[in-house]
Amino acid sequence: MTVKSDSLRGKYVIAGIGHTAFGKLGQDTVSLNVAACASALADAGVEKEAVDALFVKTPTSKREILYGQKVAEGLGIQPRWGGAWDQGGAANISLISFAIMAIETGQCDIALVSYADNPRSGSRDVYARPRGNDSLFGWFSTAAGYGMIHRAHMLEYGTPPEAFAAVALAARKHGALNPHAQLRKEISMADYLASPLLIDPLRRDDCCLLSDGGAAVVIMSRQAARARGIDHAVPILGMGSGQTSWELPARPTLTSTQAVQSGRLAFDMAGITPADVDVAQLYDCFTITPLMTLEDYGFCEKGKVAQFVCDGQIEIGGRLPVNTSGGLLSETGMPGLQLILEGVRQIRGTATLQVPGADVCVVSNQGGTMHTHATLVLGD
Amino acid sequence: MDNELVPDINDCNRPYWESLAHGSLTFQTCARCGHNWLPPSRCCPGCLSTSWSWSKAAGRGKIISWVVYHVAYHPAFKDRLPYNVALIELQEGPRLISNVLGDCALLSGNAEVDLVIETQGDVHVPRFVLAGNGG
Repeated sequence: MTVKSDSLRGKYVIAGIGHTAFGKLGQDTVSLNVAACASALADAGVEKEAVDALFVKTPTSKREILYGQKVAEGLGIQPRWGGAWDQGGAANISLISFAIMAIETGQCDIALVSYADNPRSGSRDVYARPRGNDSLFGWFSTAAGYGMIHRAHMLEYGTPPEAFAAVALAARKHGALNPHAQLRKEISMADYLASPLLIDPLRRDDCCLLSDGGAAVVIMSRQAARARGIDHAVPILGMGSGQTSWELPARPTLTSTQAVQSGRLAFDMAGITPADVDVAQLYDCFTITPLMTLEDYGFCEKGKVAQFVCDGQIEIGGRLPVNTSGGLLSETGMPGLQLILEGVRQIRGTATLQVPGADVCVVSNQGGTMHTHATLVLGD
Repeated sequence: MDNELVPDINDCNRPYWESLAHGSLTFQTCARCGHNWLPPSRCCPGCLSTSWSWSKAAGRGKIISWVVYHVAYHPAFKDRLPYNVALIELQEGPRLISNVLGDCALLSGNAEVDLVIETQGDVHVPRFVLAGNGG
């Protein structure tokens, strides 16, 4: 019998969150994962022996066989379900979704979802890698693919540099006020426009940070959280995912993403529309990513995002505050889990830059060169 | 030392690289659904048919998007900065990553380009020039 997704609306919660410091830490990724998990378990008040599922995203900078088991060993637990998953930056929300599906089907009760990496003190080669035989043309790096999409959006819709700047300015403004942020330096429009071109049209300030660090969340049913007396658990109202297999050259369009599919699934499950969203944490590996996510989620018409983000409308106090802890551009370059943590704090009402009365927060995760996308809707 | 980049040539893509050495840019055409595609693969990504043939591109295409590198990720490109990498759509449909030769400041969206095959070490690579710029 199929379970209709909207019957799961609010049935599962994020019962605890935790993270390490962000920046240059010089620690191995298993230790960072263990520290993040310990912090999340403490936040939830859950003993590690109760955890029967552990889902981790593989560290982007270094592949390891049976990595999930290494983290479980570090935690000294024997989970029934789990393992390491590679879906790029979309993995963290996907893993939360898998945890919910596993609990719903009676396979486990309490899941940890965790991620850690150390590209700042370890190797960052993965981000500069040659793209197959196209390296003959000088086609290297992760950033260049986003630059190609950034330009395509400019060409197709006339999107000006000021729209990309609006994302960077908001992230840097919010990050400057976050005591945990790796980069705490606000910038002006003039600073952004003067920022050096690395891979034109990408300026330095369009690109996210490189960071060491770990983060984790504890997932369980709302009923289990109540039974344990966890009073700050945040319900998951909706979840969704979308993927394209096409590499950039073969992709039919560069200016639309899997956020369309993923957002629709999550918003429908949550029974909301963009007008219901009070605050958003949108994956911002590069400034083009949240711009296209806003369009594809339906916050504005396709190609009209420049008007949506101008004049501080995505800054705290604006119409839709985005990335209120600084995102990948300012808090930490970690691929996505920090956005989920900030979403939880906004709904708890404990964020440093709290959006007053925030009832609904949408979180996006995205991986590859916009290959994968996953969406979470959190709310009271 | 490793300034020379060479393609990873296998049974599947060897005809593509051999045709370039003989002066032609080729792509695959499906015998069942008519789809034209690159990069080379063993079956049609449209309908999974293994019945296909190589077609010769006329050599005309247009610019879909491009980037200009101001940093080199490999020593072979240090002396070429700034250089562009462009996404080109051939008039027959397939898209490929390439370079548009000449001044990066002259590139524009949908600009027509013509194929030129250049040698890079021992490899023949498909590059493009803006149409009308003496390819």
